[in-house]
Amino acid sequence: MTSETLVPFEDVLAAYDPALGLEVHVELNTATKMFCGCPAVFGGEPNTQVCPTCLGLPGAMPVVNGKAVESAIRIGLALNCDIAEWCRFARKNYFYPDMPKNFQTSQYDEPIAFNGYMDVTLPDEGGDGETFRVEIERAHMEEDTGKSTHVGGSTGRIHGADYSLVDYNRAGIPLIEIVTRPILGAGEKAPAVARAYVSQLRDLIVALGVSEARMDQGNLRADVNLSLSPKGSGTLGTRTETKNVNSFRSVERAVRFEMQRHAAILDAGQAIFQETRHWHEDTGITTAGRPKSDADDYRYFPEPDLVPVAPSREWVEELRGTLPENPVLRRARLQESWGYTDLEMRDVVAAGVMGEIEQTVAAGASPQAARKWWLSELSRRANDAGVEITDLGVTPAQVAAVQALVDAGTVNDKLARQVFDGLLAGEGTPEEIVEKRGLAVVSDEGALSAAVDKAIAENPDVADKIRDGKVAAAGALIGAVMKEMRGQADAGRVRELVLEKLT
Amino acid sequence: MPEISRDEVAHLATLARIDLSDAELDHLAPQLSVILESVASISEVAGPDVPPTSHPMPLTNVFREDVVQPSLTAEQALAMAPQAEEQRFAVPRILGDEQ
Repeated sequence: MTSETLVPFEDVLAAYDPALGLEVHVELNTATKMFCGCPAVFGGEPNTQVCPTCLGLPGAMPVVNGKAVESAIRIGLALNCDIAEWCRFARKNYFYPDMPKNFQTSQYDEPIAFNGYMDVTLPDEGGDGETFRVEIERAHMEEDTGKSTHVGGSTGRIHGADYSLVDYNRAGIPLIEIVTRPILGAGEKAPAVARAYVSQLRDLIVALGVSEARMDQGNLRADVNLSLSPKGSGTLGTRTETKNVNSFRSVERAVRFEMQRHAAILDAGQAIFQETRHWHEDTGITTAGRPKSDADDYRYFPEPDLVPVAPSREWVEELRGTLPENPVLRRARLQESWGYTDLEMRDVVAAGVMGEIEQTVAAGASPQAARKWWLSELSRRANDAGVEITDLGVTPAQVAAVQALVDAGTVNDKLARQVFDGLLAGEGTPEEIVEKRGLAVVSDEGALSAAVDKAIAENPDVADKIRDGKVAAAGALIGAVMKEMRGQADAGRVRELVLEKLT
Repeated sequence: MPEISRDEVAHLATLARIDLSDAELDHLAPQLSVILESVASISEVAGPDVPPTSHPMPLTNVFREDVVQPSLTAEQALAMAPQAEEQRFAVPRILGDEQ
């Protein structure tokens, strides 16, 4: 790892204007691959999701996955793009073992979607969030590559040299590549704009339901292009392309790092070398990759094995009708209707439970109760179990049913947690779990009254304090009663009884 | 008149990972030029009223349902591989050329 000379960020801004460009690859969640019927799911045993087409065997013929085209159009529409009336796939020729055909089927000069934009809201620093328009040049369809594992030379069997092992399960999974136009004029906000763009793009993809969109699993991968030009020159400098930046935070850091690194090279009177760069998550730096090929080197030509895609305007309009509400507007609308503070809403969004809360509220729970269960109780359980909260197995309708039991006084919050235990163990509906586990609070006044009397008798000092007007001491007696009742009492009713008897 | 230079042939050979000697380049470059010229004569036949085409059939939108079809087994997939290991294709490593 070479150490790079970096210019302080403020000094970069004093001398240069940054130009950003972002390329985001989205792996679609279709059931099958782009050009064949092999499953497109993640995590199968190596080379069990392959066929002659995705292995590039001679004579195999690709057929386009209609669902992937539909997803591509919906992404394009959500990004305010024009949708091509007629477009083709193209072969991008290169020789690398992760692409068994020796070309990637992609789109070249005829992308399915083009000329769009996304309004990105920057995190506010005190005031209202500032909006920055990112122009989208194109979104096109292509296919993912296989996965190589490199094996060290000492154990290598191929002529004693290093070699690679390739699993083609991922080869052919549908990808949509979304490319921005050069983003100019962001200045000091360039790193924040890059991060906010990728983050909001992910929200949009999730809202469309077209991809799992998990950056940590590579469903969504960002390449960061950056160049600097002398301040005010209005020209574009030579760019570098930092590949596979795999978190929002890293996108921001990579832009900042490349700005500082470019400035150091330019300040020294040297030229930027057009190349790809590798991002290192641990050290927060980039290192040189390969020289960037010219498009000519890929010898693109129209794919002769596939016929053109010509989406009818009726189909495009039908798909436009399926677009979800803009995530930024939706978030603002829900926050207002739920009455959450900015901080509460941020926690809800960060935990990824906004949709769950929306459905829970729709099923009858109050926004505050829905937030309480999803954010504290169920997030914690999902975290403990190491699963996504949506995979925990508790539905919004069940959460609303549990809260209804709390509202009806059948259980208290503590007993409700045991109802969730039962739900996770698959013991039936919340009502059935209360029945089977005997969780209902005791509403038998006689039993409660007796327990209160017992607590008073066993804690005469506390009882005296309450008689003297120190109502705050009641907590100790309530605790004793709850313990006696094994938690199955309505704490509010116990408090009333204690105060009735002693004041 | 299309022409392909010796340097262009050398560059294409590099991209295609074909190792050509100087003698082979001298020999092949003029031949490729002749082939290009022959193919180019098609352009003379096609008038301005004939649009370029990439497919002989006037079809569009041939789509497949998004329904899983049986894949090969790993054994079948790897049966043709010269080298395999850990249920994966073993290939020579190509350094510094990742896409």
